[in-house]
Amino acid sequence: MQDNATSTITPETVAAHGLKPDEYQRLLKILGREPRITELGIFSVMWSEHCSYKSSRVWLKTLPTSGARVIQGPGENAGVVDLGDGDAAIFKMESHNHPSYIEPYQGAATGVGGIMRDVFTMGARPVANLNALRFGDPSHPKTRHLVSGVVSGIGGYGNCVGVPTVGGEVNFDAGYNGNILVNAMCVGLARTDKIFYSAAKGVGLPVVYVGSKTGRDGIHGATMASAEFDDKSEEKRPTVQVGDPFTEKLLIEACLEMMATDAIIAIQDMGAAGLTSSTSEMADKGGVGITLDLDHVPQREEGMTAYEMMLSESQERMLMILKPGREAEAEAIFRKWGLDFAVVGTTTDTGRMIVMHKGVVEADLPVPVLANSAPMYERPWFAPVPPQPVLPQWVKAPNGNLDALKTMFGSPALCSRRWVWEQYDHMVMGDTIGRPGGDAAVVRVHGTQKGLAATCDVTPRYVAADPEMGTKQAVVETWRNLCAVGADPIAITDNMNFGNPERPEIMGQFVASVRGMAEACRVLDYPVVSGNVSLYNETNGVGIPPTPAIGGVGLIPDVAHVADIKLKREGDLLIVIGREQGWLGQSLYQQIICEKLEGAPPPVDLADEIKAGRLVRALIREDKVSAVHDLSDGGLLVAIAEMALASGEKGSGLGVELFAYEGKLPAHAVWFGEDQGRYVLAVDPARAEEVVERARLLALPARIVGRTGGDAIVLKGEEPLKLTELAEINEGWLPNYMAGEI
Amino acid sequence: MLRASVIVFPGSNCDRDVKTALEAITGFPVKMVWHGDATVPSSDLIVLPGGFSYGDYLRCGAMAAQSPIMRDVVEKARKGTPVLGICNGFQILCESGLLPGVLMRNKSLHFICRDVHLKVETDKTFFTGCYRPGEVIRVPIAHAEGNYFADTETLDRLEGEGRVVFRYSDAEGTVSPETCPNGAQRNIAGIADPTGRIVGMMPHPERLYEKMLGGTDGRRVFESAVVGAVAAMG
Repeated sequence: MQDNATSTITPETVAAHGLKPDEYQRLLKILGREPRITELGIFSVMWSEHCSYKSSRVWLKTLPTSGARVIQGPGENAGVVDLGDGDAAIFKMESHNHPSYIEPYQGAATGVGGIMRDVFTMGARPVANLNALRFGDPSHPKTRHLVSGVVSGIGGYGNCVGVPTVGGEVNFDAGYNGNILVNAMCVGLARTDKIFYSAAKGVGLPVVYVGSKTGRDGIHGATMASAEFDDKSEEKRPTVQVGDPFTEKLLIEACLEMMATDAIIAIQDMGAAGLTSSTSEMADKGGVGITLDLDHVPQREEGMTAYEMMLSESQERMLMILKPGREAEAEAIFRKWGLDFAVVGTTTDTGRMIVMHKGVVEADLPVPVLANSAPMYERPWFAPVPPQPVLPQWVKAPNGNLDALKTMFGSPALCSRRWVWEQYDHMVMGDTIGRPGGDAAVVRVHGTQKGLAATCDVTPRYVAADPEMGTKQAVVETWRNLCAVGADPIAITDNMNFGNPERPEIMGQFVASVRGMAEACRVLDYPVVSGNVSLYNETNGVGIPPTPAIGGVGLIPDVAHVADIKLKREGDLLIVIGREQGWLGQSLYQQIICEKLEGAPPPVDLADEIKAGRLVRALIREDKVSAVHDLSDGGLLVAIAEMALASGEKGSGLGVELFAYEGKLPAHAVWFGEDQGRYVLAVDPARAEEVVERARLLALPARIVGRTGGDAIVLKGEEPLKLTELAEINEGWLPNYMAGEI
Repeated sequence: MLRASVIVFPGSNCDRDVKTALEAITGFPVKMVWHGDATVPSSDLIVLPGGFSYGDYLRCGAMAAQSPIMRDVVEKARKGTPVLGICNGFQILCESGLLPGVLMRNKSLHFICRDVHLKVETDKTFFTGCYRPGEVIRVPIAHAEGNYFADTETLDRLEGEGRVVFRYSDAEGTVSPETCPNGAQRNIAGIADPTGRIVGMMPHPERLYEKMLGGTDGRRVFESAVVGAVAAMG
């Protein structure tokens, strides 16, 4: 179907390219003629949801994207923020959901590879990888296979490239049975005067292809990622790209070496829609045309057509625009690293993208049209109706609070993720200060005393119940996690994973979610600098729970003052700051102990978040706290137990004696409520009064809830819970499950 | 002045980490030597760093062992230049015949990254002089192929000649199958050549050389080398 320029385009061909009939009519009108088959291929990927954001753009525009530290917001390969002293952090999160479901190892691996390229394309050395993974119910027959493949794919790629995978999250929920989520985030470091952009400014400049050869893998990957799944999705396996982390490592080193010269005018990685998307975006941003001669493209297979080369999503490839006459110097660098290098075209003043192959014009399209003519839809939507709150008194008490804790700690939702993160090299590069398992990961800015903190979070059950509040909560949870290690939150990247936007209720979730994110980001002065939207996460007409994963990045001015969750000293007092209402609606307690989920998710008070966050950061910098943990999934008792377990291997650390609660709320609501805006601090008794007083001055409640010591969690009236027992429960579930023993 | 060289293979990824640690500990600049070069500059110490040289294609370390620079590394090592191979560097030392045995896939078949305890078996090598024999230290591992294997005769010889340098243990120094993270025979984490000047180890001492990173137990591997180099200078 794709062998020459004169074939007639049938409605079947159009449908096979994922274009709707009205979209094809739009294309005919724009071109004023029937497209050649290569041109149809090019438009089909440029107009895919994945590349064009046609359903989401209108809403994404409402997000706050600027701020004092923002150097580059959305629209480039990744967002850039200022870290002071000439340092910049460059970061983004991106999904690889569809490929990972079909072929988990390669799908996840190339997701990691792709996001790292987005970051080093801009001149940054990648320094930290994170990921947010959502799998189906553990009892689903595919889940174990998918967990195993995705985790080894992420590790296999990141470990080899030598970038530490320092954080992330893993959820299990039946809502993802037919459509898992693999969201990969990368943070890189650059100098503010050495940031590279993609605008191909200038005429008559060489267009240079570097990296791996082009093969037939990944053709129409972007189109696949913009369609729903059905029972035949396995047949799409050939559209999943294959990654080679070794080449990526060489590409990073070669590009950074190249960037140290001044020969590059523009650079862009070839990600989704490969050569098509990179050439058209670079030409459009530079206001120029590009003529490509595909005869010069390094090819892995024989007999590739123009159509295949333009649509291939072969990995580890970049496109650069060089200053004239610098080709030889550039070629020497790439050859040294054993990579392909080819001049494949030139920039022109025609404003057209012309694709030549074997002397034949395979495409001749106006660049601005190609880059900007995708349809933009204001899809119809219904506003979701948030449920009513559930009062704590309506949620039944457990037989024993510590028994409930044990059940929760041994559940898929709260069990230790060690089995996952021990497969990731989280220490390579020698700057990992906050390892996985804490609130936010911390890596030192190499050669300085500054630290970068990063985290990714979302609580899908909150978002499912109330997309606006749930997304607000996701933003503030990243904010709290950053504050909890002592970082000033700077900005976020978002990864919006939703179902089919053509269904008004799904579009309604998306609209509400963006609204919640926008409000939280605006009030917290915590802008969105990059992001990715993944729609059509559905299988056989059933959408996933709406999952806006948020990746937050913060700056620690001096790594001598960072906090972690480990209890350190016997006799420290534990202080909870923040408002306690005993919110059990949509809580883990409700889900695991009561086996149901109902009511509204916990409300977020942005003003209180700001106050609490500031106080915690100040206390960390004044060395007035010995450990800090934010309160989230599972509430207070879970957070305290996590701090105790983190203080020593296999339960060998410090226990906690909890003081009896004497307030008006039901005790289980105090121990397991998921009220927002709260932290637990471990404080020297001599300073406890000062900490409580400083919270009160900010009108933030503060309460002393326990004292560290012993080898158990002790709660009056209940059998003490040995840390060794709790550790065994907590560490056991995931390895046993993966071994097929559960 | 300590002259240390770190060999950089395509796919090495702990080269900068070793350089950073060595420079911080010794105070002297470290030379980075490209795999394609024919000779290593005159050095008091050569380090083969961790990573995935040549993408681990064929077999870990196998292709690096054939690279141009290794001919000179082997020659210099045989003439007495101290060589430390860490992780992939250990694999390369085995593949190039400077050390016996081979590193196979971990028993769990997974990549493992975590701190482990090591029992220091000897202070009679160039890289362990600053430890006490029997001392237990904590250093991270990060590998998928660290499962040391050699035939019984070789293992007996290594033990008999005091060439087992580190063994995986628990915090108390007990060495047992339960304290072995990767299935290595006799819990071997590092070995030396008969002269004690060539050492290969799977754990990464450069990752725990300062308090900020969570520990300093790895530091003395490099301090031992400095002491050894100074002694050699007379």
